[in-house]
Amino acid sequence: MCAVRMNGLGDRSAVRRGFAMPGSAVAPAPEVAPVDDGGAAPSLAPDAVVDLAAERSATGVDELLAVLDAELVGLAPVKARIAEIAALLLVDRTRARFGISTAPPNLHMCFTGGPGTGKTTVALRMAGLLHRLGYLRRGHLVTVTRDDLVGQYVGHTAPKTRDVLKRAMGGVLFIDEAYYLHKAENERDYGSESIEILLQVMENHRDDVVVILAGYAAEMDVFFRSNPGMSSRIAHHITFPAYTADELEQIADRMADQLGYVFAPDTRPVLRDYLERRMARPRFANARSVRNAVERARLRQARRLVDGPDPRVDRDALTTIEPADLLASRVFDPEPDGTEPGERGTAEGCGSGTMPE
Amino acid sequence: MRITQGTFSHLPDLTDDEITAQIGYCLDNGWPLSVEFTDDPHPRNTYWEMWGLPMFDLADPAGVMLEVDACRTTHPDCYVKLNAYDARLGRQTTALSFIVQRPEPEPGFRLDRHEGADRRITYTTTSYATGRPQGERYLA
Repeated sequence: MCAVRMNGLGDRSAVRRGFAMPGSAVAPAPEVAPVDDGGAAPSLAPDAVVDLAAERSATGVDELLAVLDAELVGLAPVKARIAEIAALLLVDRTRARFGISTAPPNLHMCFTGGPGTGKTTVALRMAGLLHRLGYLRRGHLVTVTRDDLVGQYVGHTAPKTRDVLKRAMGGVLFIDEAYYLHKAENERDYGSESIEILLQVMENHRDDVVVILAGYAAEMDVFFRSNPGMSSRIAHHITFPAYTADELEQIADRMADQLGYVFAPDTRPVLRDYLERRMARPRFANARSVRNAVERARLRQARRLVDGPDPRVDRDALTTIEPADLLASRVFDPEPDGTEPGERGTAEGCGSGTMPE
Repeated sequence: MRITQGTFSHLPDLTDDEITAQIGYCLDNGWPLSVEFTDDPHPRNTYWEMWGLPMFDLADPAGVMLEVDACRTTHPDCYVKLNAYDARLGRQTTALSFIVQRPEPEPGFRLDRHEGADRRITYTTTSYATGRPQGERYLA
């Protein structure tokens, strides 16, 4: 009895090492020298020299940036900022290995830009990127809008916002159309309560969650003017520029390619002409307009094939977009009047319906 | 007397880092966690007070630790435990449950023997702490 008991109590540390830390998160056994929190890399002597290029290739940052560069057309300022952030995180990690204490950098961001300039797309990639760079522990993305943060009655907002923040911890909280959070015309709106909690968490849990706000430039300006605290807590205000005609053409190419279509050689100049005309129209929404244009060209192509005189088609005919498919569009109308006629060439109401163009 | 309920209760108290690692293990297994507290640690008291609702859809231990800390600050003289629930069909039970805070003096339990007919003895355990009203049980 006594022996059993002695055995049970005496070897506590062994039991602890065996059971207290399941899974991959096993801490080093006490007898191993303490390791820096900065990562698996050992701490360095003060006079050591680190090859940053080697470190860089070891983290795989370059491949990430290359993929980003290849998959997203244009957006030079955005890519430059991402490269800067990647460099900063790399330097911070190396500093930690020398034992230089570094407060975690502020990575909260605000994406502003016109409609269809890729704000949401970049935000989606940012979570994975920061995870690969070792800043975020999980790297998931929680996308919310005002509805998910702001409650409907007194006392409902705080738990709701906190719940969303808890879900986002370890990853990125992406608040789309963030300017809706603050309604200037209603001072009793619960949105400000939500903003208060957001600010608090953005400040105190900087290394747990990255908050990305996105919205149109003008509206976000108003939002920040009425919430100066929010503006100053966001380190990265990134403006998404409008695409040029060249970039839009590339985007159209890629979208068509993803859908399994190609533009016929003589469609090229028509496409270019189409894009330029479209850019001059009101409510032009950059990549989103291009996507709608490709969708509509697809519809017209289908109709052309089905209604055409020759019902036999081959693979090329099924995948090629001819000039006629684009020329049927309203933007080629000689007199751009203010009324909204239906699309020529396709039945009205058959469009993708996402934008009233 | 140190009460030994739940997993790890024969070990020294877990540090916050160790609790975080345990939470991470639960989340990796897809078990939602919930925080509960009580000042009546009787072993048959299965109904501890819930600190908020069980936390679903969390990915990172930081969110759970936020609630654990909030509960510990609000109830510094209560037992606080974390429950992880495995909702998979066929299991549907608490997968892991461990104490993350215990009050400082733990007075322990009294064993009452009640002699009935034919010298039959029935036993009752009573926590000394429950002699005092709720909310005053572990004040030093």
